[in-house]
Amino acid sequence: MFSFDLVLAVPLFWIAVGLLGLASRASRREHARFFFPLGALGGLALAAAACTTLGAEPRSLILPLGLPDLPFHVRLDSLSAFFLMLLGAVSTGVSLYCAGYFEKSGDGDIRLIGLQYHVFLASMALVLLADDAYLFMVAWETMAVASYFLVTTDHRVEQIRSAGLLYLIVAHVGALSILLCFGTLQLGQWSYAFDAMRGNTLSLPWASIAFALALFGFGAKAGFLPVHVWLPEAHPAAPSPVSGLLSGVMLKTAVYGLLRVSFDLLHMRVSWWGVAALTLGLATALFGALFAAVQTDMKRLLAYSSIENLGVILAGFGLTILFHSYDMNVLAALALAATLYHCLNHALFKSLLFLVTGSVMHATSQRSLGKLGGLIRRMPWVAAAGLIGALASAGLPPLNGFASEWMLFQAFLFSPSLPSSYLSMLVPVATAALALAVAMAGYVMVKFYGVVFLGLPREEVAHSHDADHWERAGLIWLAGWCVALGLLPVLVLAAVDPIARTLVGATLHDATQESNWLFLTALQPERASYSAPLFLLGIVLTVLATFLLVRRLYHGRVRRSAPWDCGFGPLEPRMQDSAEGFSQPVKQIFESFFKVERLQPSPFDAQPLYRSRIEDRFWYWIYVPVTRVAELLSSLVAVLHHGRIHLYLIYSFATLLVLLLLIQ
Amino acid sequence: MNLGYLASQLFQTLLAVLLAPLVLGWVNQCRAWLQNRSGPGLVQPYRVIAKLFRKDAVVAHNASWLFRFTPYAVFGCMVLAVSIVPLLATDLPFSPAADVIALVGLLALARVWMALAAMDVGTAFGSLGARREMFVASLAEPALLMVFFTPALISQSTALTTIVETLAHRELTLYPSLAFAAVAFVMLLLAENARIPVDNPATHLELTMIHEALILEYSARHLALLEWAHALKLMTYAGIGIALFLPWGIAAAGQWGAMPLAVVVLLAKLLVGGAALAVLETISAKMRIFRVPEFLGMAFLLAVLGMLTRLLLGSAG
Repeated sequence: MFSFDLVLAVPLFWIAVGLLGLASRASRREHARFFFPLGALGGLALAAAACTTLGAEPRSLILPLGLPDLPFHVRLDSLSAFFLMLLGAVSTGVSLYCAGYFEKSGDGDIRLIGLQYHVFLASMALVLLADDAYLFMVAWETMAVASYFLVTTDHRVEQIRSAGLLYLIVAHVGALSILLCFGTLQLGQWSYAFDAMRGNTLSLPWASIAFALALFGFGAKAGFLPVHVWLPEAHPAAPSPVSGLLSGVMLKTAVYGLLRVSFDLLHMRVSWWGVAALTLGLATALFGALFAAVQTDMKRLLAYSSIENLGVILAGFGLTILFHSYDMNVLAALALAATLYHCLNHALFKSLLFLVTGSVMHATSQRSLGKLGGLIRRMPWVAAAGLIGALASAGLPPLNGFASEWMLFQAFLFSPSLPSSYLSMLVPVATAALALAVAMAGYVMVKFYGVVFLGLPREEVAHSHDADHWERAGLIWLAGWCVALGLLPVLVLAAVDPIARTLVGATLHDATQESNWLFLTALQPERASYSAPLFLLGIVLTVLATFLLVRRLYHGRVRRSAPWDCGFGPLEPRMQDSAEGFSQPVKQIFESFFKVERLQPSPFDAQPLYRSRIEDRFWYWIYVPVTRVAELLSSLVAVLHHGRIHLYLIYSFATLLVLLLLIQ
Repeated sequence: MNLGYLASQLFQTLLAVLLAPLVLGWVNQCRAWLQNRSGPGLVQPYRVIAKLFRKDAVVAHNASWLFRFTPYAVFGCMVLAVSIVPLLATDLPFSPAADVIALVGLLALARVWMALAAMDVGTAFGSLGARREMFVASLAEPALLMVFFTPALISQSTALTTIVETLAHRELTLYPSLAFAAVAFVMLLLAENARIPVDNPATHLELTMIHEALILEYSARHLALLEWAHALKLMTYAGIGIALFLPWGIAAAGQWGAMPLAVVVLLAKLLVGGAALAVLETISAKMRIFRVPEFLGMAFLLAVLGMLTRLLLGSAG
C-alpha cells in the first residue's frame, strides 16, 4: 500500500528536483553536490519500494491527469516492479557519481542538465508504470526527447549534433511502430487502456503483425539489428553518466516493452515468433561482439558491447517464447529468469563501465584507446571498479554476468527437448553463436581494460587524478551490486519468480525442490548446479594458502628491474599493442563481416601513413538507400515550392475545389 | 556433509596438485623418446619448480599489484578446478559448485587474469600473447560447448558427477556421437593447453609463441606458480576428458575401499593419455596462427556432428 504510493511519488519527486534545480541560483559545485544526491535518494527509495512490491498483487490507479475522457492509468505489477527496481538501483549509483562528475565537467548549463537528467529518470519510471497506450507513449516520447537533449549536451561539436539527430530519427521511427502496435492490439475495442488489450483476442495474423511491430519498435530503442546504428553514435556522444543510464536503463525499458506486449497484452505465443526473436538476438549478439572487438574509442566499444548484451537478452526472450509456445512452462520460466537476470546484470556492469570511462575522460581528457594506458597506477579506485565491471561484463565467475549467462546456457541445453524436430536440432547448434558472442565479450573486455588501465601510458598525460568521493561512492555502489548479485543469484531468482508465474505460468521455485541459497541449479540439482559463494570460498582459500605457504617455505624477496627488452635498448610505450593491433586477429578472421578501408603505404613512401577504418555494412545496405529515397522524394516535393505567395494561394484554391468535388 | 567426504576431497585435491607436474614430465619424456632423445627425466618439472621457488623474484619497475597477484589467482583457480573435476571420486563436496560450463568459466577467469597481467608491464610480447591467447580461446569456447552438448544429451545433465554416474553404468557399446565429441575434445584440449599444433610449449620464438609470451615477464616463485597452474590446467582437461569419455573406475566420495583402485585406474589413464598426447604432438607440426581458426572450426564441426548423430539416431547414437 505504502510502497505503491512511494513508487508513484518518486517520478514526481524527480521532476520536482529537476524544476527546483532549474530555479536555483546555486553555483555549479553547490548545485551538483545538492540536487544529484537528492535524485540518488529518490532512486534508492524507488528501488526499495519496488523491491517490496515484487511479489504483491498488481495495483492500479487512474490519475486525474491527461486529456478529458482519456485519463492516465498506472499499474504496478511484478514485471514493472522488477524494472523499477533496476531503474532505482542503477540511478542511485549514477546520480551519486553525477554529483562529482558534473561539478567538474565544463560543458553545458548544470541547471539544464539537472532538469533533463531528472525528467529522463522520471519518464523512464512512468514508462514502466503506464497502463494505457496514451501515458505509455507520452512517457516514451518524453524519455526520447530528454535523452536527446542529454546526448547533445556538448552540442558545439558537430559529430555530437549529428549523432543526436540520428538518435532522434530512429527513436521516432521506433515510436511510430510502437504506436501502430498498440493500434493493432486494441483492434475492435476502441480503448487504449492496457486492460482492454489484455481482454482482446486477436486472430493469428493480427497478433503476428502486432508482435512484429513491437519487435521493430522496441528493437529500435534496444539497438537490435538492423536499427542499431544510432547506438554506437549516441551513447559515446553523451556525458558518461548519461551514457551509463542510456545503456544500463533506457535499453531495458525497450526489453520491458517487448515483454509487456508479448507476454501480457498478447494472449498467444507462436513458435516462429520465438524463432525470429532468437535468430535476431543471436545475430545482434554476434554483430555487437565482433564490432566491439575492433573499436578504438572506449565508449564506442562499450556501446557495441551493449548491442551484444541486448542481443543475448533478445535471444533469451526468443527462447522463452519458443518454450512457452510449446507449453513447456517450466523451461520458459528458466529462460525468462535468465533473460531478466541478464537485464539486471547488464544494467549494473555497463553503467559501472561507462562511469569508469567518465572518470578516465576527466582525468586524461582522452577517450581514444590509442592514447591511454597505465592508469591502474594513477587511478587505483577507478581501476579497481573497472576491473570488477570488466570481469562481470566478460561473463566470468563469480561475478554477476556469469550467473545469468550460465542460466541462459542451461536453458539452451534443454532445447533438444523441443517437440519440433527441426528446432530441436537447429537451436542447439545456434547456441554456438551465443557461446562465440560471450567468449568474444571476454576478448573485448581484456582489450578494454588492458589498453586503458594496464601497460605504459601511450601518450604523456599532464595530470591524471583519481575519482573524488562522490564518484567513488557511485562506483562502489554499482561494483558492490555486481559482486553481490553474482554471489547470491538465488535472491534474484526469488524476485523473478512472481513475474514468471504471471507471464509464463510456472516458476523455478516449483521446479527446484531443494532450493538452497548456496546453489544455483538448472531445475534439478543433479542436472547442473553452480555455486558462486563456494567458488569464491575455494579461490580465496587456495590463494591465501598458496600465498602463506610460499611466503613461509621460501622468501618474499622481490627485485625491481627494467622489463625484458630483447637486448635492443629501452622499451617504448609505442611497442605495446595499440587498440587496432589488439583487434587484428578478429579483423583478419572475420573480415567479411566488416567493411574495412585500408590505407597502406608503398615501400617507397618517405613518410608512410597507415590507416584503416572499419564501417558497418548495414549503413550502406539500408540507411544510405533510405536516405537517397527520402532525398529524392523531398526534391520532388520541392518542385512545388517556389516561395511565392500567389502560387500557394492557387494550391489552396485547387485543393479546395478538389475537396468540394470529392464531397459531392 | 561428513568428514569422509571432506577427506576424499582433500585427498583428490592434494593428489592432483602433486601429480600434475609429473603428468607434464611424462608427456615430455615420451616426446623425447619418440624423437630419439634421452629426455630430461620424469621429475624434471618438479626440479624446475623447486629451483624457481628458491630464486629472487624480478619484477618490472612499472608492474602493478595485478601483475604480482595474478600467479596466486591463477594457481588458486586451477586448484579449485582440479578439486571440482571427478578425477578420483564423484560427489565431492566441491563438485556441486560447478558443472562443466561453470568449470570452463573458471578456466576462462584464470586465462583473463593471465592476459591482463601480460598486458600490465607494457611489453610487446605480453600484449601479443594476450591477444593471441584470448583469440584462440574465444574461438575454442563455442566448440567446447558443442562438445559438452552430446554427453549432456545422453545423461540429461552437465554436472560431471551425474555424467560419470550415467556413462559409467551404460553398456559398453560404441556411441558414434561420443566418438565424434571425443575427437573434437582432444583437438580443443590441444588448443586450450597451448600444445602443438596450436602452440609450442618448447619454444620462445616470437612468431609462434602464445602461452610463453604471456608469462615472459615472470620469474622465480611467480613463474613457478604459473608453470604449476599450467600443469594443473592440463590435469583439469584430462579430468574432464576422462569424465566425459572414459568414466570407468571412478570411486564415489567417502568410499575408501574403492579409492586404491581409483588411483590406479587414474594413473593408468593418465599414462596412456599422456603417451597419446606425446604421439599427437610428435606427428603434427605447429601451424600458423591464422590456420588455427580452421583447426578449431574442424573441432566445432565434429562436435556438431556428434550432437546431430545423437539427436538423429536417438539412444543408439
